Amino acid sequence: MQVKTKRSKQEVAEAMGEIEPCYRKQEAKVEADRCLYCFDAPCIMACPTGIDIPGFIKKIATGNLIGSARVILESNILGASCARVCPTQVLCEGACVMLDRDEKPIKIGRLQRYATDALWEKGVNPFPKKVKPNGKKVALVGSGPASLGCAAELARLGYATTVFEKDAEPGGLNRYGIAYYKMPPAVAQQEVKWVKDLGVEFRTNTEIGKDVPMEKLLADYDAVFLGMGLGRTHRLGIPGEDKAGVVEALEFIRWIHTKPLHEVPVGERVAVLGCGNTAIDAVTQAKRLGAKEAVIIYRRGEGDMTAYPYEYELAKKDGCNFLFHTAPVEILGEKQVTGIRLIRKQVGADGKATNVAGSEFTEPFDMVIMALGQEKQASLWQKLLPKLKFDSAGRLECNPATGQTSMPKVFAGGDAVSGGREVVNAVAEGKKAAHGMHALLCGKPVNGPIQASRLGHRDGAKGSGFLRPVRVPELEAAYKKERNAKSHG
Amino acid sequence: MADLSVNFAGIHSPNPFWVASAPPANTAYQCHRAFEAGWGGLVWKTIGDPIVNVSSRYSSLDIAGNRMVGFNNIELISDRSIETNFKEIKECKKRWPNRALIASLMTDTKENWHEMLARALDSGADGVELNFGCPHGMCERGMGSAVGQNPDVMETIVGWVMEATQLPVIVKLTPNVTDVTRPARAAKKAGANAISLINTINSITQVNLDTMCPEPYVAGRSTHGGYCGPAVKPIALNMVQSCAIDPEVGLPISGIGGISNWKDAAEFIALGSTNVQVCTAIMHYGFRIVEDMIDGLNDFLDSKGMKSVNDLRGLAVQSVQKWETLDLHYQRIAKIDYDKCIGCNLCYIACEDGAHQAIALVSPNGQGLGPGRLPGKAIPQIKEKECVGCNLCSLVCPVEQCITMVDVPNDQNPLSWKEYQTRLASGKMKAIPAHD
Repeated sequence: MQVKTKRSKQEVAEAMGEIEPCYRKQEAKVEADRCLYCFDAPCIMACPTGIDIPGFIKKIATGNLIGSARVILESNILGASCARVCPTQVLCEGACVMLDRDEKPIKIGRLQRYATDALWEKGVNPFPKKVKPNGKKVALVGSGPASLGCAAELARLGYATTVFEKDAEPGGLNRYGIAYYKMPPAVAQQEVKWVKDLGVEFRTNTEIGKDVPMEKLLADYDAVFLGMGLGRTHRLGIPGEDKAGVVEALEFIRWIHTKPLHEVPVGERVAVLGCGNTAIDAVTQAKRLGAKEAVIIYRRGEGDMTAYPYEYELAKKDGCNFLFHTAPVEILGEKQVTGIRLIRKQVGADGKATNVAGSEFTEPFDMVIMALGQEKQASLWQKLLPKLKFDSAGRLECNPATGQTSMPKVFAGGDAVSGGREVVNAVAEGKKAAHGMHALLCGKPVNGPIQASRLGHRDGAKGSGFLRPVRVPELEAAYKKERNAKSHG
Repeated sequence: MADLSVNFAGIHSPNPFWVASAPPANTAYQCHRAFEAGWGGLVWKTIGDPIVNVSSRYSSLDIAGNRMVGFNNIELISDRSIETNFKEIKECKKRWPNRALIASLMTDTKENWHEMLARALDSGADGVELNFGCPHGMCERGMGSAVGQNPDVMETIVGWVMEATQLPVIVKLTPNVTDVTRPARAAKKAGANAISLINTINSITQVNLDTMCPEPYVAGRSTHGGYCGPAVKPIALNMVQSCAIDPEVGLPISGIGGISNWKDAAEFIALGSTNVQVCTAIMHYGFRIVEDMIDGLNDFLDSKGMKSVNDLRGLAVQSVQKWETLDLHYQRIAKIDYDKCIGCNLCYIACEDGAHQAIALVSPNGQGLGPGRLPGKAIPQIKEKECVGCNLCSLVCPVEQCITMVDVPNDQNPLSWKEYQTRLASGKMKAIPAHD
């Protein structure tokens, strides 16, 4: 990579600083006091990990911050990350009853961050109680959110738990793949520390199938959890993708998390191919690192973007540009990228985007970031575990309720199963797998944790998003339909 | 525009809003500012032998982000000389001849009371208020609430006052008694022209859990302070009404205690006050709050077709009666408006854990998506047979008019506990069966 940032150390540090600071004490108190403390709160139902949200908010209101953070981490060991990176607008905050009172929803994400930051700052171990070992051992492959969620849950159930990570540091995408301005790497590192405090062992720089044979894991452990995530970024299959200056989005974001910020290479004119949330992360970070021009190139229109609307807004606010209905034909340059030959696209009545004949044009770029989604690694894992089943899209097949794969002692969760979802979904899947393993190995079901007041209640524990997550855009659509039907009927 | 002017025991003021005898009524400067803002009257901070105050004096009760819901103080009476106070009263009365200006007094011997009354008359004050209510510091010296808590002593002192002055005399009562009508009757008996109530309530607002010393903190100690502010309004209303309905009291009442706006004032007036006095709200927001008080009360009176604030006085007094007179056959029941319900289910858990288990959580089927907008999320439903009509759900519901209490008509004649006991004794009816 020949391109280099033009910004000074201080400029870059400012530009990449967290977009949303931690609440100050009084801000947190005012916001926490707004919470109604619903019973059977909808926010809990919309949280895939089922955090007792009114419970932790009430504790912030009373100044019981350690207790508050404990409520969060009991349900979601990555509660500090999720506080920063969760799409709260479509999850907990999107379900807040305040919206029905024509008020702004409670800022659950920011309150969650306030409580977990307080715990972090105080350096208190949230789970000081030692759990009695149950004599069973579980190995986890990969150390991303799914594995961490699974390992923490297993450790608290008494399992000797070992996480194998091929990278130098544990954390997976949480450590290396989140936009820096949303969450600096220190947060992911702290969360790993909390998991370690629970007694989980980490073996880094250890790749399964290379440094440790898969057979050994199956032989040495009572169960194995696969949380290895996805592979490299998809390729477009156009000429020039191998030129210097072409980089995968996750690789670019990884540089940001491993190099001093002012030494992260970035072009003057940067093209980002793709339109998902990772594409937004890439284009905004390129801009903040000092690119004069950072452009998203997408073959369809604004309304078809898969990025969340507020992510799109952020990119626009950062001064990024968008070339819609445009696709790359060839990446130009000798060895180093000098530009992209592009073609206009039109979306027909059938919904397909087709080339507009004779519309080709060339734009100069010195860096191209590919953000086209990650590849499935079905063939790699099928080699290691031939009995493992994958669906037609290359996703690992498993029972959604228990995480159990086609191999009874092998469980899975996270992006390798879902094909790529949020951190919070990965944690939830890891937790479910832990419960699935516990049922298999110890014959015990695990209930909760859940809204404290629900425990022992005669209607039983229900209403948690962990058991039955609710996606808010879906319910919004259903709600609108209901309302329309009502008003027309 | 309704007429807001009142005649309180012979004292005229253009509106019923007076600044209470307290820190906001300490100096001529404050008095001028209060009258400029529009206050109808002001009771000067209690004048007596100048005292020495401690430095840290106030403390408060904050609830869920609302500051000073309750407030307490350990400040004593005026720390300025008697001469300065009366000189400034004279100056203020001269500049504001149409506002009510009252001298609040506190002293000990008969001679001293007579001396103070003479000075009050000389100052041009429209009347005097006798401070028999102050519950901290002064009571340890045999004044303030030490007098107010002893009707006989109070009667004697009010007697000394009445024999020495033609000015209207208001006796300020302490709430730190078991029955406020007893000192009120003593004031009446001794010939006082009016009463004002309530003074502050004995209190400790909060304990600092690091120092293990309550607030206000004074060099490692604290003391019992006088409690006031919005949180005391219900206590004050209760005492005002008790005096208003008591034929043996029969004196004009100046209502005091947690009044912050025109609505509070209207409630005090409806329960028998002729005027009201305000302190904490001024200490919180300044004199400017009177603007809304005047405006709001005026509009309220207009909306009710009342020509004068005097038409409002006492309208609610008779509706408060002994429990034994209430109708046992009256029935109301909770009703949920599902179009307003936001699905917080606070009504459910309040009734389930805190009251009568008369709300069920049921499937939202038939309610569409239902409140809370989550498919399948349970919604509250009143179990009409179990509902005793206690009001709790309507009180916890965070949405206005979502849960309302509706009357359930029945064909039974009204029956009070008193009548019930009589009829039971005479064998005219059977006992009402006990609840399960």
